[in-house]
Amino acid sequence: MDRLDNPPAICLTGLKKRYGTGDAAVDALKGVDMTIWPGEVVGLVGPSGSGKSTLLKCLGAVIEPTAGRMELAGEVIYDDAWKIPDLRALRRDRIGFVFQAPYLIPFLDVTDNVALLPMLAGQDNAAARKRALELLTALDVRHRAGAQVSQLSGGEQQRVAIARSLANHAPVILADEPTAPLDSERALTVVRILNDLARQYRTAIIVVTHDEKIIPTFKRIYHIRDGRTHEEAGEGRAI
Amino acid sequence: MINLAGRDVLHGWGKFLFTGIGLGLLIGATLTMAGVFRGMVDDGQVLIDNSGADLWVVQQGTLGPYAEPSSIRDDAWRGIAGIQGVAETGNAAYLTIQMAHAGKDTRVMIVGIEVDRPETGGRPGAPPYLTAGRPILQGHYEAIADERTGLALGERVKIRRHDYTVVGLTRRMVSSSGDPMIFVPLKDAQEIQFLKDNDALVNERARTAANPAFNRPGIPGLLEAAQASVSQARSVNTVLVRLAPGADAEAVAGEIQRWKRLTAYTKAQMEDILVAKLIATSAKQIGMFLVILAIVTAAIVAFIIYTMTLAKVREIAVLKLIGAKNRIIAGMILQQALALGVIGFLVGRIAAGLWGPAFPKYVLLLPQDALSGFAIVMTICALASSVAIRAALAIDPAEAIGG
Repeated sequence: MDRLDNPPAICLTGLKKRYGTGDAAVDALKGVDMTIWPGEVVGLVGPSGSGKSTLLKCLGAVIEPTAGRMELAGEVIYDDAWKIPDLRALRRDRIGFVFQAPYLIPFLDVTDNVALLPMLAGQDNAAARKRALELLTALDVRHRAGAQVSQLSGGEQQRVAIARSLANHAPVILADEPTAPLDSERALTVVRILNDLARQYRTAIIVVTHDEKIIPTFKRIYHIRDGRTHEEAGEGRAI
Repeated sequence: MINLAGRDVLHGWGKFLFTGIGLGLLIGATLTMAGVFRGMVDDGQVLIDNSGADLWVVQQGTLGPYAEPSSIRDDAWRGIAGIQGVAETGNAAYLTIQMAHAGKDTRVMIVGIEVDRPETGGRPGAPPYLTAGRPILQGHYEAIADERTGLALGERVKIRRHDYTVVGLTRRMVSSSGDPMIFVPLKDAQEIQFLKDNDALVNERARTAANPAFNRPGIPGLLEAAQASVSQARSVNTVLVRLAPGADAEAVAGEIQRWKRLTAYTKAQMEDILVAKLIATSAKQIGMFLVILAIVTAAIVAFIIYTMTLAKVREIAVLKLIGAKNRIIAGMILQQALALGVIGFLVGRIAAGLWGPAFPKYVLLLPQDALSGFAIVMTICALASSVAIRAALAIDPAEAIGG
């Protein structure tokens, strides 16, 4: 990790999120501190209702925190209020998403599912498709480039979804239970891919998971319970 | 940038196409309704144009001869022909009857025309062209029929008491109600219209003979004269007037009204009677139908697009999450709504063109109506898509993450 040369990919300080007001208020996050460096793959684990999804949504600039501070690759994006006017552009250009289900666009073929993101960012079609094919090659699904999403297996769809999350060179990828629908072998393959990509592209990846099979592979794990996180070292088991 | 709307349509083209066809049939029904209205107007226009007249002279104070009954003496033309500006006159009698032919009843308009000058195209009222056969040459029992009557050249057809030989065929000669015309000599038409049947005549003669006012011993010949007047048909519905070149229709009509105690209508006035008065109620009826069909179409398009959009909630949430701008999502929905409108309109126009001729009344599909219809369909689709666009823009990108 080049921690001395580069700012953290993600740095959260005292991040809070409250739903509702008055007696109905629920504090989903009660002051989360988190630092993740470029090239790291970090696990975020916790029971249902612990605040994992809320934290992911705050990190993804999908919901607004109530208080605290968020930095993304050294830039303050939230400090008791959003500091970035165009959150959609922030998500498009600087945050990649991988979901439990791949959620690919069913009416686009594999290449265009990946190329869509750079196209949304303003790249021309040829350059966007070239980038998509590079990523599909890196993720070993190049041979399915022209296929429809419905023709892919679950594992292939998840690889395409990962390729899409990397399409705009995002410094951060948020992966929400990416291995949940996969068997052990495919789940470990996905984690290996995420680790390879993190190393190759210097991308910080947060993997929200319940999956006991993959938890031992993380070098660092954030446990979240009752809206608070605590960090512990993982086994970092080789895959 | 990828055309998301196009890709989505191509992905589910079968469903989209069938939806468009369904919508198209509705649009086809709407276009046909408009065509029915245009057909009614055109029937009226054709009736005026084909009569070859510039003025219609009718019974005073009536809207005859098409919109109201009118009866004038068949020698009224003599006085009219002498008025300056009048080039030619022609008596005409009109009567709509139910005619039995080929085992079914057909509603036709019998038109009595003067047949004394066939070599010059006939007097006003005669059909301006024939598609087969020849003009009426005899004073009795010959007929020229519109092709829609189903009559063939040389066929004999019974109209009331007499058989008529079809000597000529013509086309697009219809009444203001769209009934095909059969032209017969004026005398025959007068008999058909005004003469009673034999039993009625016998009864009428007996009644007249029993009336002391007509059967006076001191005045020989009175009873015969009275009975002759009853048994003679000396009335026509209108005198059609063709004006001399350069004559002012309004002025000539004014002269006729002033000196002959009759009412004369110009072409423009007759158009107003036929279009504005005679079919006014039907036009309002059709107009109401068109409005309702437009509202139903809008509601259906809105519902279809809304349902199609709700079926893509997850995809739209993902698009928003990965940074697609609202205008891209709105554009996708709008383009799909417009594409649906284009398919619907094309299907509707083709359907209306196919089933229009099968309608019993004339259905006239005008290009300008099709263009207006297209613009209205596109506007309806665009407006209807706004409901779905609102729903799409309200989709929370967090739905893609779940939790």
